[in-house]
Amino acid sequence: MDKQLVTGSEALIRSLLKEGVDTIFGYPGGAIMPVYDCLYDHKHELNHVLVRHEQGAAHAAQGYARVSGKVGVCIVTSGPGATNTITGIGDAMLDSTPMVVIAGQVGAALLGTDAFQEIDLVSLTQPITKWSYQIRHADDIPWAVARAFYIARSGRPGPVVLDFAKNAQLAKVEYEPQTINFIRSYQPYLDIDEEAVCAAAQLINFAKKPLALVGQGVELGDAQKELLEFLEKADIPAGKTLLGLSALPTAHPLNKGMLGMHGNLGPNVKTNECDVLIAIGMRFDDRVTGDLHTYAKQAKVIHFDIDPAEINKNVKTTVAVVGNCKETLAAVTAHLKENKHTEWIESFKESEETEYNSVIQGELNPVEGPITMGEVVNRISVATNHEAVLVTDVGQNQMMAARYFQFTKNRSIVTSGGLGTMGFGLPASIGASFGAPDRTICLFCGDGGIQMNIQELGTIMESGATVKIILLNNSYLGMVRQWQELFFHERYSSTPMKNPDYMKIASAYGIKSRAVHLREELGEAIQEMLNAEGSFLLEVGVIEKGMVYPMTPAGATVTNMLLGY
Amino acid sequence: MNKKLYTINVYSENVAGVLNQVTTIFTRRQLNIETLSVSASSIQGIHKYTITVYTDAATIEKVTKQIEKRIDVMQAHYYTDDQIIFQEVALYKVPAVSLLGSNKVEKLVRKHNARILEVNQTYAVIELTGHPDDTQALYDELMPMGLWQFVRSGRIAITKSPVERLSNFLALIESRKGKNGAE
Repeated sequence: MDKQLVTGSEALIRSLLKEGVDTIFGYPGGAIMPVYDCLYDHKHELNHVLVRHEQGAAHAAQGYARVSGKVGVCIVTSGPGATNTITGIGDAMLDSTPMVVIAGQVGAALLGTDAFQEIDLVSLTQPITKWSYQIRHADDIPWAVARAFYIARSGRPGPVVLDFAKNAQLAKVEYEPQTINFIRSYQPYLDIDEEAVCAAAQLINFAKKPLALVGQGVELGDAQKELLEFLEKADIPAGKTLLGLSALPTAHPLNKGMLGMHGNLGPNVKTNECDVLIAIGMRFDDRVTGDLHTYAKQAKVIHFDIDPAEINKNVKTTVAVVGNCKETLAAVTAHLKENKHTEWIESFKESEETEYNSVIQGELNPVEGPITMGEVVNRISVATNHEAVLVTDVGQNQMMAARYFQFTKNRSIVTSGGLGTMGFGLPASIGASFGAPDRTICLFCGDGGIQMNIQELGTIMESGATVKIILLNNSYLGMVRQWQELFFHERYSSTPMKNPDYMKIASAYGIKSRAVHLREELGEAIQEMLNAEGSFLLEVGVIEKGMVYPMTPAGATVTNMLLGY
Repeated sequence: MNKKLYTINVYSENVAGVLNQVTTIFTRRQLNIETLSVSASSIQGIHKYTITVYTDAATIEKVTKQIEKRIDVMQAHYYTDDQIIFQEVALYKVPAVSLLGSNKVEKLVRKHNARILEVNQTYAVIELTGHPDDTQALYDELMPMGLWQFVRSGRIAITKSPVERLSNFLALIESRKGKNGAE
């Protein structure tokens, strides 16, 4: 291999290109200027999206990664630039999103001296990354970048931080490309345990009331086909986690809806009735399980997961099938007998009818009164033929979108599940638009969340990103208000929100917009948004004190869902 | 919760920052580390940590898995006291007069199978290797005679199992390296 003498910054760019990076989200600054100088020479092959805040860069990289299946990359400067990415790094860790954050750092000679814009980024990020490493010598770069991408994308994906000292950016190095697919202390894919595979198949074959819980691990493992074969062969109904919603098409007859606090009644109630509970690429988050002391106590539990540390973490497992579920699901399916659980699956209908009559009908088809969040979500899902990518912010908008958006394609939901980051939606939708440029990106956000990173409208203006922004404006921090109504005696402490004129804000950023308050105008406004070229902000004035039902109060058992109304 | 003392052995690459990553996992669960001992192992490039902590069986299992999950950690295993042979080292500094003035200190040294590392005109340093109860017993008896300084190391431990799990692990990953190519 030819060795060429280049700067460390050039070595970084070449290493990124070698990893297949085509889009970077970032913000320049003093300690990363040599890298930005190099980017100037690589404009034709590396698209740099200039965000308006480094938190936006991290969330955009997450959105890009989630829809594309590739590693999201952001580049920021040292000190405040680096610390501004920390929310996004933590978010990516909890939601297993592959991401590499490259942060400038002061020169190695200044490290530890409290130099201008110096921060100990490696120590700060170690607990919230898969790997965090400081590059102090230019010779290190090809190795560190190759290692970073291997770690970020392999096994259970996650974020990696490279803290890049300025002297190493400037120093000359003989660049030689490196590939890493082995680290002796890191075993991303464990060998399949055949004994566990047989034990799992045996349990499923004899189950009378099996229930599958499908999580994002299915999409991360590219195992949607294997999941369908598994579920259909043994005729197993499935509930899905928030992040796993697009792993199984909404209209599939075995799909029984969303699990968790604001999920559907059926899969939650049946969790405590099934005889075999089959968790696939999900981690029994407390928002899914509610009270662990009453959760699925009657069931034998099979847990498919790539991460051994997830086994028995929250729920005691009868059989653990550790590995990439693309392989483990196929291995278990091979041992399954064709089966039918007609009566068991029919038994979901009672819960479905109860939920429809108590909650869904009123939410989706109100005959009078203000527009509801659910009807907006439903109408946009229908108008996009259920083929759009759903991006959400956090709060009522997120739960309503998750409940009423429908999915036909893989990798169609981008939301902050684990960390619950308000302000996630707008930058993540920008990232998603670059990760899936051929798809319609629909962002649902609230008036609280959009203002947390509203400066990223500037990124849309500059980059030309196409995002259909649906702002569900109820003039409240809606989810907190809902809890205040239910559990804090309607003491609405700091949740009513005075809003700016969003039409003027959109106009200032050159983004087309429309505000709707009447139900009769909603259909036409949605069409205007979808027909518009480029981004569009559709502000919908929705019912101020809308509630997301059903709801399992925090810490309650999953069968005790409030149906409201 | 049935708490008892567990000993965790951790094998990691010899790179900066791993100790911080390991201890953070205890801190996050509000577990207080009782003893901690870190050094190079007999295998080049691999460091070995011995950590003791009071907790319950379910927690120690989770903590150990989370330690092992760190990229630069090769393996982590936990044991109860009946599964390991373990020792700690204690050093005691006593004034020279208490050693020279009578034979009481000398008798204690013999009784506890300790040894004198250094004697000069000012002080004597005594060393004892044993379980915490042993080193504490000598401490209690030396105290009335004047004890200027005392220090006790973290536990080091070796398993009673005939299987060296790290060796098996290294053999396995070497075979994988052959398949996947080197780092």
